Amino acid sequence: MFEISHETLVAFAKSWGLFYLMGFFLCVVAYAFWPSNRKRFDRAKTSILDREDKPWK
Amino acid sequence: MIRQLTSSERQFAAAILLLAAGVGLAMAATGRHDPLGVHGVIVLLFSGTLLYPVLTGFYEPEPKEDREASYYDDPIKVGIVLTMAWAVFGMFMGVWVAAQLAWPDLAFDAAWSTFGRLRPTHTSGVIFGFGGNALIATSFHVVQRTSRARLAGQFSPWFVLFGFNLFCVLAVSGYLLGVTQSKEYAEAEWYADIWLVIVWVTYFVLFLRTIARRREPHIYVANWYFMAFIVVVAILHIVNNLAVPVSWGHAKSYTIWPGVQDAMVQWWYGHNAVAFFLTAGFLGMLYYYLPVRAQRPIFSYRLSILSFWGITFFYMWAGSHHLHYTALPHWVQTLGMTFSVMLLVPSWASAGNALLTLNGAWHRVRDDATLRFMMAAAVFYGLSTFEGSFMAIRPVNALSHYTDWTVGHVHAGALGWVALITFGSLYTLVPTLWNRERMYSARLVEVHFWLAIAGTLIYVFAMWNSGIIQGLMWRTYTEDGALAYSFVDSLVAMYPYYIARAFGGFLFLIGAVVCCYNIWMTVRSVPLAKRRERDVPAAVAVPGE
Repeated sequence: MFEISHETLVAFAKSWGLFYLMGFFLCVVAYAFWPSNRKRFDRAKTSILDREDKPWK
Repeated sequence: MIRQLTSSERQFAAAILLLAAGVGLAMAATGRHDPLGVHGVIVLLFSGTLLYPVLTGFYEPEPKEDREASYYDDPIKVGIVLTMAWAVFGMFMGVWVAAQLAWPDLAFDAAWSTFGRLRPTHTSGVIFGFGGNALIATSFHVVQRTSRARLAGQFSPWFVLFGFNLFCVLAVSGYLLGVTQSKEYAEAEWYADIWLVIVWVTYFVLFLRTIARRREPHIYVANWYFMAFIVVVAILHIVNNLAVPVSWGHAKSYTIWPGVQDAMVQWWYGHNAVAFFLTAGFLGMLYYYLPVRAQRPIFSYRLSILSFWGITFFYMWAGSHHLHYTALPHWVQTLGMTFSVMLLVPSWASAGNALLTLNGAWHRVRDDATLRFMMAAAVFYGLSTFEGSFMAIRPVNALSHYTDWTVGHVHAGALGWVALITFGSLYTLVPTLWNRERMYSARLVEVHFWLAIAGTLIYVFAMWNSGIIQGLMWRTYTEDGALAYSFVDSLVAMYPYYIARAFGGFLFLIGAVVCCYNIWMTVRSVPLAKRRERDVPAAVAVPGE
């Protein structure tokens, strides 16, 4: 059976683990700063202050 | 409670409770004299007690109004009552065990009241009982308001709430009987763990279905934190509690994880319990109740998204910092240490975001103790995350680990951050939920605030002192290389700090009792808010960004 040695795991974590986190970071930054998302974010942050206390339905 | 349910929902509730009672009976029969048998009786009594209101209200008229046109607040109200009941219980147990360390005679020579059995009743009582009920109650409130949709279930919110409390009762009563898995924050045994999985999956489905009902285009960030809390706690709980019971009739089980893997899984669980139970969910509270109370939108919505993903992905890797200088491979320790230091970035982003939201409204923080609770919580969150990152550095850990410094750090977070944000949220939530003009007494909120702050500071300073003294005494060598102090020497040196700690905790407990009284009197005697007042649009919202 194929065995994963300690060294293989370390090498994998140090290379692909790092790339995966960096890639993930870039995706999150892109999402947060994507210009067309600005409107939904602004709406979300102010709409919770609306005092109407009823569901939409 | 029962009036809100249709007759088929009442039948379903009764069937579930009868089933639970049957399971309790089976546990009692197979468990006999084992603690499992006692827990069977507890399950039976718990389901029977809940069955009573269901059956007495069974033939009440069905709800006629359109239930979808209003929010489902009854489970939240009961959740708040349970939150405060567990707060008083858990904090009282904390004061008791703290006093036992200073005056060991307070164990009264009984098995059930020894330190080892009482301590987990404190930790589970405050974390799961107080914190868990607060999270369930506020998440039900926040998800409905931010989605502008009623909870997607009539019976399931009750199932989640009472099911979770049954878990807490089984856990705490088990410790007194001597039942434990010996895993920190996961002491409850296999049958309670299986039950919690069922409850938790129901909670997750309910939450997702409610969000799916929203009309808002975007899911407000507080719900992301609550969802991360629910999802990750489920994963952690299942993986860490994989165990094989010795038999169906015994409470005892053995974990499937061997040796150092077990240690790693336990602290991966333990630290993420701090991250996702005690942080993510409470950040959900912060991101909703703080802007609402301050009547100002969050300073930067983008920053809240960045810090969400930062916290979610960094915390997962930080657990191994609990195992510095152990048999765990060195690189895994280093990995945990590095991620713990990196965690400071998203943590301070959240704390800073909260404080910058208040920037420009400091006069309100000065006048309104409720808002001040949340401000102080954000400050303690910033302080304790800094301290945590610092303590995770291996050489610092060499001094701090196994000492009271760790206990002080946990309480800076648990009292200063978790409890303060909860009280701030409750003082915001209670008047709105019961449709009251305000809390019964602003002065008592003020008293509670200062009791809580004084208690936390006394506690944390006592533990910093005792922890560092302990750490230094344990590593002081004589000229010929022997240890300069015995363990008992260090214990004697702790005596004044243990008294101070018990006193700090006592102040905090008194504050919680004051809070209970204030909530009770608000519900009982404060006049109803006028309809019109609740419908006026928000005061001009000042954009913070």
